[in-house]
Amino acid sequence: MTVTSMKGTAGQIVSSILVTALLVGSLVAVLEIEDQRALGICVAIIAGLSFLAPKLGILRGAEQAGAHHPWAVRLIILIGFCSLVLILKDNNFALLMIATILIYATVCLGITIQTGYAGLFNFAGAAFLGTGGYTAAMLANATWLPDIVTILLGGVIAAALGTVLILPVLRTRGHYAALTTLAFGVLFNGFLEANEMLGGPQGLKVPGIQIFGWDFSNDLVIGSLSFSFYANYVLLIGAIFALFMIFTRFIERSWIGIWLDAVRLDEIAVSVFGLRISVWKSFAFTAGNFLAGVMGAVYAKMTEFIAPANFTFGDSLLLVAIVLLGGIGNRWGVLVATMIVILLPEKLQFIQEYRLLLFACIIILLLMVRPAGLLARRVRVFEERH
Amino acid sequence: MSSIAQYLLNGLMQGTIYGLVAIGFTIFFGVMNVIKFSHGDVLTFGAFGGLVAAWAATALGFPIWLELVFVVLISVMASAAIGAIIARGLVLPLKDAPPLNMLLMTMMVGTAIRECIRLFFPNGTNPQRFPELLPSGGFDLSGVYFRYDGLILIAAGIAFIFAVQWIINRTRLGLAIRAVAEDGETARTMGINFTLTVAIAFAIGSMTAGVAGALYGLYYSEINYSMGLILAIIGFSAAIIGGLGNIWGAIVGGYLFAGLQTAVVALLPALSDYKNVIALIVVVALIAWRPTGLLAERGSERV
Repeated sequence: MTVTSMKGTAGQIVSSILVTALLVGSLVAVLEIEDQRALGICVAIIAGLSFLAPKLGILRGAEQAGAHHPWAVRLIILIGFCSLVLILKDNNFALLMIATILIYATVCLGITIQTGYAGLFNFAGAAFLGTGGYTAAMLANATWLPDIVTILLGGVIAAALGTVLILPVLRTRGHYAALTTLAFGVLFNGFLEANEMLGGPQGLKVPGIQIFGWDFSNDLVIGSLSFSFYANYVLLIGAIFALFMIFTRFIERSWIGIWLDAVRLDEIAVSVFGLRISVWKSFAFTAGNFLAGVMGAVYAKMTEFIAPANFTFGDSLLLVAIVLLGGIGNRWGVLVATMIVILLPEKLQFIQEYRLLLFACIIILLLMVRPAGLLARRVRVFEERH
Repeated sequence: MSSIAQYLLNGLMQGTIYGLVAIGFTIFFGVMNVIKFSHGDVLTFGAFGGLVAAWAATALGFPIWLELVFVVLISVMASAAIGAIIARGLVLPLKDAPPLNMLLMTMMVGTAIRECIRLFFPNGTNPQRFPELLPSGGFDLSGVYFRYDGLILIAAGIAFIFAVQWIINRTRLGLAIRAVAEDGETARTMGINFTLTVAIAFAIGSMTAGVAGALYGLYYSEINYSMGLILAIIGFSAAIIGGLGNIWGAIVGGYLFAGLQTAVVALLPALSDYKNVIALIVVVALIAWRPTGLLAERGSERV
């Protein structure tokens, strides 16, 4: 009996369990296998399974499960996430990779709100990520400030810095707007390189996170189980990611999402209907930068070090490319694309040197043959709940 | 007084290079309504082509003037060829795609070119010495030192700008390019070979990058694999300040950007590390003030 033959709730739940298991299993396999040949075979198998999944209707089923039984799906994902952390509990590198994936995925969620929903180009994603990071570094001396506040401030400062760009972005369109963000990203990096107070090209050290006496740089011990200290960060970042995923879903499925789509698709028609384009563009831009800033602060605190080299134009380009690869406007596509983009070059050493070249070629190919991305965004279906 | 003139000469040189790059952007935008962001890396490609040509010429024992001609010729041809290939193979198939896809595509093409030079050019990660082929030295005029090579390069750059402008505005080929830019469909019904004309327009636009690359190498005597990126950003900014699609605007934008940088270095030496930062801030401010550039294309849509 294939999954497609199962109709209704049971089929949807089974589908979402299968998809979660596939994701968790692939992550564990790719992170744990060290032998390059075995890894290559493993990646090929995962690619094959991912190719089969839509054919069997599993993806469709999981998607419907998400629409009809959101809390059941969230529970399944939570279980999958916890088992992932449990399996990899003392693997420093693997946990660091997962934290990095979740950080990039969150920033890309921000760009999804900007580009995918409101149609605003943002080629300065890394600059807003860096703003959050440098905020955390600057507040390192203010030890009286709780770290939660520092992290939130990272987001607030990034969003505030973004407002500088709102005027030029609102007044311009298309290429001109793209240039303003691009120029901002480049000038931000140039500023960091030149500014001695911010450490110049050498960068700055940042202290780790401490929340209510919970020191993130110590190993995490729960009962008789001991986890690598990165598990702290994975849990925190996972929680933030989940929060922002729900936030983005809320935006997409509410009238705000519909308005943003309308602003993207036809500004003139929308303004005729009385929608304030400038308000909604500013909202999307600010919200997206806030996500980037929050994650920038967490990133800086996790790696305990930041430098301008982490926030170059190339990184901004990577962020946009992830969004496009996943399928513009698709939240889950972003997560899958981030996994591919972050993990593969890190693990497959023979492509490490060539990763930018390979990556550029893949994106070019993708734009030629499948411009909507790996998992294209679907039109919303608002069904009546029974 | 003498230092002012010195800054002026330096700024003029930079402005010529920026202007040449900006003309390319403006031609691509005028013809196909695209931003071809790989333009800067096409420039790098041309400069490295010129470097290889110089090596070959030295090996063959060419006299120095012939070597110079050979280097510039190969630079220009290499960029023109790769520009036309990108246009035919990657830009034309995507001409109906959303602008973001096109922008990202050309950015990735640029990344691919940059990475290929870094990985496959011998010792490509490090800066490469570009041979000095122009007469060294100079002359002193009331305290101002004029470098011969600088003067020759500025003159050559400006001459090339006029040549491109002449091709586009005074020749049959230019007429075809302008027709395609105005309305591709109608141009086709008038018997203009659309694909060929677009490829030629891109080749001409990329030639400007080749000339800029050769000028850069000859003037600074050093080229590296990543120099195209910042030149592309500056050239793009210059084209936008001037108003996309307007050749004179691009040149004005190029000199304006160089002028800004030079002014920062000359007037605020303490901030000279920030010259690009300040120049880009001014660019963003200018765009906020005049959203379609200083010399906007006439009839541009404003709602």
